[in-house]
Amino acid sequence: MTPPVETLTKPTTTSVDLPIVTNEEKKALIKEVLEVYPDKAQKKREKHLNVYEEGKSDCGVKSNIKSIPGSMTTRGCAYAGSKGVVWGPIKDMIHLSHGPVGCGYYSWSGRRNYYIGTTGIDTFGTMQFTSDFQERDIVFGGDKKLAKLINEIEELFPLNRGVSIQSECPIGLIGDDIEAVAKKAAKDLNKPVVPVRCEGFRGVSQSLGHHIANDAIRDYVFPRADKAKKEGTLGVEPGPYDVAIIGDYNIGGDAWSSRILLEEMGLRIVAQWSGDGTFNEMMLSSQVKLNLVHCYRSMNYISRHMEETYGIPWLEYNFFGPTEIAKSLRTIAAKFDQTIQDNAEKVIAKYEAQCQAVIDKYRHRLEGKTVALMVGGLRPRHVVPAFYDLGMKLIGTGYEFGHNDDYKRTADHVEDGTLIYDDVSAYEFEEFVKALKPDLIASGIKEKYVFQKMALPFRQMHSWDYSGPYHGYDGFAIFARDMDLALNSPTWSLIGAPWSRGEGE
Amino acid sequence: MSDDKIRQIAFYGKGGIGKSTTSQNTLAGLAELGERIMIVGCDPKADSTRLMLHSKAQTTILHLAAERGAVEDIELEEVLLTGYKDVKCVESGGPEPGVGCAGRGIITAINFLEENGAYEDLDFVSYDVLGDVVCGGFAMPIREGKAQEIYIVTSGEMMAMYAANNIARGILKYAHSGGVRLGGLICNSRNVDGEVELIETLAARLNTQMIHFVPRDNIVQHAELRRMTVIEYAPTSAQADEYRTLAQKIKDNTKLTIPTPITMDELEDLLVEFGILGDDKEFEHLVGKTADEVPVLAGVA
Repeated sequence: MTPPVETLTKPTTTSVDLPIVTNEEKKALIKEVLEVYPDKAQKKREKHLNVYEEGKSDCGVKSNIKSIPGSMTTRGCAYAGSKGVVWGPIKDMIHLSHGPVGCGYYSWSGRRNYYIGTTGIDTFGTMQFTSDFQERDIVFGGDKKLAKLINEIEELFPLNRGVSIQSECPIGLIGDDIEAVAKKAAKDLNKPVVPVRCEGFRGVSQSLGHHIANDAIRDYVFPRADKAKKEGTLGVEPGPYDVAIIGDYNIGGDAWSSRILLEEMGLRIVAQWSGDGTFNEMMLSSQVKLNLVHCYRSMNYISRHMEETYGIPWLEYNFFGPTEIAKSLRTIAAKFDQTIQDNAEKVIAKYEAQCQAVIDKYRHRLEGKTVALMVGGLRPRHVVPAFYDLGMKLIGTGYEFGHNDDYKRTADHVEDGTLIYDDVSAYEFEEFVKALKPDLIASGIKEKYVFQKMALPFRQMHSWDYSGPYHGYDGFAIFARDMDLALNSPTWSLIGAPWSRGEGE
Repeated sequence: MSDDKIRQIAFYGKGGIGKSTTSQNTLAGLAELGERIMIVGCDPKADSTRLMLHSKAQTTILHLAAERGAVEDIELEEVLLTGYKDVKCVESGGPEPGVGCAGRGIITAINFLEENGAYEDLDFVSYDVLGDVVCGGFAMPIREGKAQEIYIVTSGEMMAMYAANNIARGILKYAHSGGVRLGGLICNSRNVDGEVELIETLAARLNTQMIHFVPRDNIVQHAELRRMTVIEYAPTSAQADEYRTLAQKIKDNTKLTIPTPITMDELEDLLVEFGILGDDKEFEHLVGKTADEVPVLAGVA
């Protein structure tokens, strides 16, 4: 929301020179920032903002509620949640953006889900497929076009392992029967064709898209797995140490730097999705002993389903920074026998020196620096301990599309006085930063240039600013280097016109 | 955008009430008076111009556009045909039942007509719109710059009156933003007892008039079989004169009002008053009771 002009020019009373410190000052700040809103908006937004108090089991904010129109939310839509997050990275399938061309085009390669394979032959991750709806497809329906398109895909890319149909808004509006088209195509081609009803207008954010995508995996992947198992064609001999990595999207190779640790521990990763994942791996997950969930928000639904249907337990782990990595490795190992538990200790010990070297190199350069976070699914809580490992302090965090359970889990990672902001608007975030004066802002592309132009160090926490991986011990070294690069770059001292620095007089 | 001097009218009404027949016969009457007319059929069935063209259904804008690829690929002359007394005829067309978006089709078709200069050298444009106003697309003809006068075709039957009242609600919605007005109710008789009084009362409640009572006559069906209007088929018949009278009344009509739709309860009271619906109290004790609980009374069933 653009505040009225007078508030833009009016100097903020609380942010004269020193950052504000006490919880009372922070509560006053929330009030003051909200003052520019109309009464109704003020009332709605104040429930999404809070100052965390030590000992509370929850962050005390409302979440997963419709954004206020005009507030410049950073949220995405259900299509983004399904196509962009959950299904998109499954590399050996073709994900069809079904509808007008824009949604597909602007989400093309939006996330850096690294994968191994020959693009265009057996993997399709960086390609973009759309049904490019025209006016006549709206008026007469797009089912025939969809059927034709799936056949064309089969002809051009015969090594694809299936197609997912990612519905854009008009599909739901005109009532196309994509399920019928998918059913027929799946039968004709003898391949999975998965209709996903992730029309963008559904729900309040991308979060519902994750859920819808999870439901589609439940309805279209696991029934095939069950059938294959019955026929003995699933192609895996179950082992005692079988696990699946779920909800690691392999941004910049995150899943790879996680996977090696689990393998060194003696676990067998039979599936990893959806980052660098395959349709077959999703099916194999139904046979594992334990599901390891990194992004709880986007994959908890399918993990719960596997728990209920196949009796597979799941646990949320955190591979950001050595403290949490060690903790997670031990928690995972505790689910297995002594061999694995001993191996976990060996892995932790093996990387201790490497981590210490990283900390020795960077901690003194980052010690005491403050950071304000605002990201998506798991990072507003999961990366916090990695900052702590580097001696940094968290002064504010929040989710774009988190739910109550995310804010409950966040309470374990934040300290007294941390500002909590749910679905923060561009205006609110800017005002909070002006008042709290963090040394580093860690958020997304929409925020990056606003803050960099304010001469504030910034790191993208969705894409790792085209760096990474940040997961695992190897990732921690890169994470530490990148934070140092952002915070201690000599560039910052050169920002600002000479005359306003008092030079040249 | 279209010429301000053109009178744009539209016929609405419950499905099957006789909108297309009434509108084409009336427009034939207007054509006889020397008016230059264009009919825009806004119904996927494309049956709004058949009596003018003596054809089953003319090639529609959307059908041809779908065949060619896009609406930009067709020429106006291909879809704008000339029928009885030089009446220009065009049909929007639309998808088969159950697929796509017919409402969007109407929007597309009307935009095409506007962009291609169909609204020139005319005195009247008439839109014939299907059944109820179910979504935004079907309200396209009554939005700003389109039909300014709406004629609701109805009869003394309950559902036809429900529909008329609903359409009045749709008109009221656009009356303030776009300036559309209700021109009157056309009673297409179904030989219901006291039909004239009933529709006149309804018209008064809706702040409009019953502009004409069209009696029921089999000659209309005979003409339809030949895909002709009554005026063309039997120009000297009494029924032809009825349509001519209606045409003249529409031409002279100055009573254009903002409708005052009534509530469901008010409408039902009206029907009770005219003996079409039984009084609620009479049947109150039967509501929600199975045949076992309360046996059917002799005489009521």
